Amino acid sequence: MTRWQWCVATVGMALSTAGPAAAQATEQFKDTLSFDRPQYPSSYRRRTNPPVVIRNATIMTATGAELKNATIVLQDGKIVSVGETGSSPAGAQVIDGTGKFVTPGIIDTHSHMGVYSAPGSAAEQDGNEATNPVTAEVWAEHSIWPHDPQIPLAIAGGVTVAQILPGSANLIGGRSAVIRLVPARTVQEMKYPGAAYGVKMACGENPKRVYQNRGPSTRMGNMAGYRAAFIQAEQYRVRWDKWLKDRKGEPPARDLRMETLAGVLRGEISVQNHCYRADEMAQMLDLAQEFGFKIRSFHHGVEAYKIADLLAKAGTAASVWSDWGGFKMEAYDEVLENLALITQAGARGVLHTDSPDGIQRMNQDAAKAMYAGIRAGIPITRDQALRWITANPAWVLSIDQQTGTLETGKTADVVLWSGDPFSVYSKAEKVWNDGWLVFDRLDKSRQYKTDFNLGQTDPGVGR
Amino acid sequence: MKQPYGTRSLIGPLAVAFAITATIGREAAAQTIAITGGTVFPVSGPRIEHGTVVMSAGTIVAVGANIAPPPGATVIDATGKWVTPGLIHANANAGGGVAGLFAYSEQSKQGEVNPSFNMAEGIDPAAITIPIARTGGITTGILTPNGSFLPGVAIAIDFAGDRSEQMIARSPAALMLDLTDNSKGAGGGARAGTLTRIRKLFKDALEYDRRRAEFKRGATQEWSAPAAELEGLLPALRGTVPVFVNANRRIDIENALKLGREYHLKLILGGAIEGWQIAAAIAAANVPVVMEPNRDIPSFDGLGARLDNVTLLREAGVKIAIAQGDPGGERSLRYAAGNAVRNGVSWDDALRSVTLWPAEAFGLAQYGALAPGKVANVVIWSGDPFEFSSAAERVFIRGREASLRTRENELRDRYRTLPPAR
Repeated sequence: MTRWQWCVATVGMALSTAGPAAAQATEQFKDTLSFDRPQYPSSYRRRTNPPVVIRNATIMTATGAELKNATIVLQDGKIVSVGETGSSPAGAQVIDGTGKFVTPGIIDTHSHMGVYSAPGSAAEQDGNEATNPVTAEVWAEHSIWPHDPQIPLAIAGGVTVAQILPGSANLIGGRSAVIRLVPARTVQEMKYPGAAYGVKMACGENPKRVYQNRGPSTRMGNMAGYRAAFIQAEQYRVRWDKWLKDRKGEPPARDLRMETLAGVLRGEISVQNHCYRADEMAQMLDLAQEFGFKIRSFHHGVEAYKIADLLAKAGTAASVWSDWGGFKMEAYDEVLENLALITQAGARGVLHTDSPDGIQRMNQDAAKAMYAGIRAGIPITRDQALRWITANPAWVLSIDQQTGTLETGKTADVVLWSGDPFSVYSKAEKVWNDGWLVFDRLDKSRQYKTDFNLGQTDPGVGR
Repeated sequence: MKQPYGTRSLIGPLAVAFAITATIGREAAAQTIAITGGTVFPVSGPRIEHGTVVMSAGTIVAVGANIAPPPGATVIDATGKWVTPGLIHANANAGGGVAGLFAYSEQSKQGEVNPSFNMAEGIDPAAITIPIARTGGITTGILTPNGSFLPGVAIAIDFAGDRSEQMIARSPAALMLDLTDNSKGAGGGARAGTLTRIRKLFKDALEYDRRRAEFKRGATQEWSAPAAELEGLLPALRGTVPVFVNANRRIDIENALKLGREYHLKLILGGAIEGWQIAAAIAAANVPVVMEPNRDIPSFDGLGARLDNVTLLREAGVKIAIAQGDPGGERSLRYAAGNAVRNGVSWDDALRSVTLWPAEAFGLAQYGALAPGKVANVVIWSGDPFEFSSAAERVFIRGREASLRTRENELRDRYRTLPPAR
């Protein structure tokens, strides 16, 4: 790996854990140019609490098993055992989970919290850099407001990790950020260490509507726009790779827009593609083939069920809603069985929200989609439905080796539910993010309020 | 697909403005249906285990535990099922358009002062949203106009029928008034300006009503709105039609209650995000509230948004009508009711909030309960209607079974195998 690549791809992980390392890094890069220096590294630090033992609960692992009257042990940010009846670690908080359910922390692949923050004033419309159809140079993390009061509401719904995306005004809208939903003063205190960046791309109605006066104004115009950008990025990548090989002579000019797209071409940045219609998703798979990259996930794939076989073959996930549809022409062909049909075809289905309301109840949407499938005779299991909101989104964000399931050694992103998470009456009772109790419905002091909340709002979730 | 709801009557558009319930008996077939063995939730009374519901000629004729189906009745065994009144959605779209799909919406008329606007003739009985609403057990919707501070009148329709005028259950059902942030523009950018304008319109309407003869002679002053629009305000000012006021901020709710007192209006509140802060005042004024039970995101239209608003209002004695506003569509109304329970409301009250209470609020005296004489809107559920695991299995509207087949079903079935066979 070249130094340049190391810098862009992994500097966040390398520098995320300790202050002194960051200081060293500054010294290390003293006489270097900007592209060799840390690029907005995560400063997230895990918070600690005593070990946690939940006994007698129904544990839904998202690995196929649903364990009754089982025990899970969390310690030092990790899951140290699932299903075993071993002794409790010293000083552990022991919770009786009788009648309760345990799942992995929920992950949303599609959120605009922090870039479209509440209270929703014009001053906070920070999600669409709608000044050019291609703005791959912008990064969502440079808009995210850590005090968006929507964040604690999502935490209360059991969400531990979310991908924050730019909006869909542009063909290529900019980089996403994967964040942990924890109290923070800066976005970098939330950014998931080591998580790869995504880039937001958008098909269809939105870009051609936003740019109808200057173009693109048609779907074919959209396609030409993506292709032109990636043709340019291809040249940029070649130029840079050549220079990086021996670093002789003057480096090529740095171009942030091209840097992101070159990252896509190198496979370091994942493509997160807003695309409703089946025929357009197929066009995008062809585009990806032309430029030699993979689309990690389509988003809002209302018609994914029509091409689920193509998605399975391409290894592209579909992030979709349970029942949203009809609100625009490209959403007209919605079916309730979308996730069930995607799953049946062997493709990777993901329940996403794109909504600060929906993100509070992702368990409910998974339930809607699961029962819709079952009613239509598509045999969806509870485990598959749980994976729509845990393991599968973890895969989309390339953090599935660390989180998204309840397995020994994995990160302790865990939710304790008051009852079956697929019942409308159940609530997330306790949420552990990276082993730390970030929310407790029964303890007001464990219900985070952002600065915005203080002195003027009370989410009223404590029942 | 044609709905199984037949048509033989020819009702002129004029009739739309009056109660249509008189025609129901004539429209419905003389068929008698008895639903037996289910757990019946009459709403107007306690639940009945192994109960029977008998409907005939569009009307419920008997409800009880020990009722034998009348001779010749079609008997439907609902053993193990739950039987409820058809749900009423107090803030509906189906038939009046698709939320957000402007080309297919009939709920918003250009212009600011539109109290005479009635979308009835824009209703499309073939709208794909209508059977979709029925799959959620919704048999009646209050269609509400939007788009300005006085956008028109709400109407109540039943979700079955071949002609829009047949579908009308009550028209007008309410005069819409918007006092949220959205209406600041109508007052020159200030709430107080909007209120001034409303009071002037109300005053002019009342004066116009007193001086019609002079008006015809051209001997009156300039009015704040055309005569037709002032006319549109009169049913509400006479108290024969309620005023459905959207108001979220506490001061907006207080202003709504004040307007109600000043003009002796029959009020319904909509939204009421900060209603919990003055729940006692809302209850004392006997004003029902149409609300979405999950609205907890603060905005400057309601910084006090909280998840247990519905619970706090209910505890103060306010009658709630639950609405569902997300793009999942109104079929999810039952889940919104379930979420009200999740947020602290009793299950029985949640059922009332999607049946009896919206019926009472919008003057639908014959709706919202299973009792003799009521319109035979009945749903048979596989289980608890608020749960994701349950479904509406059979839906009866004005005594006739309505189809639950949707366009979505056609799409699903085409793509069950890939690539599709044809």
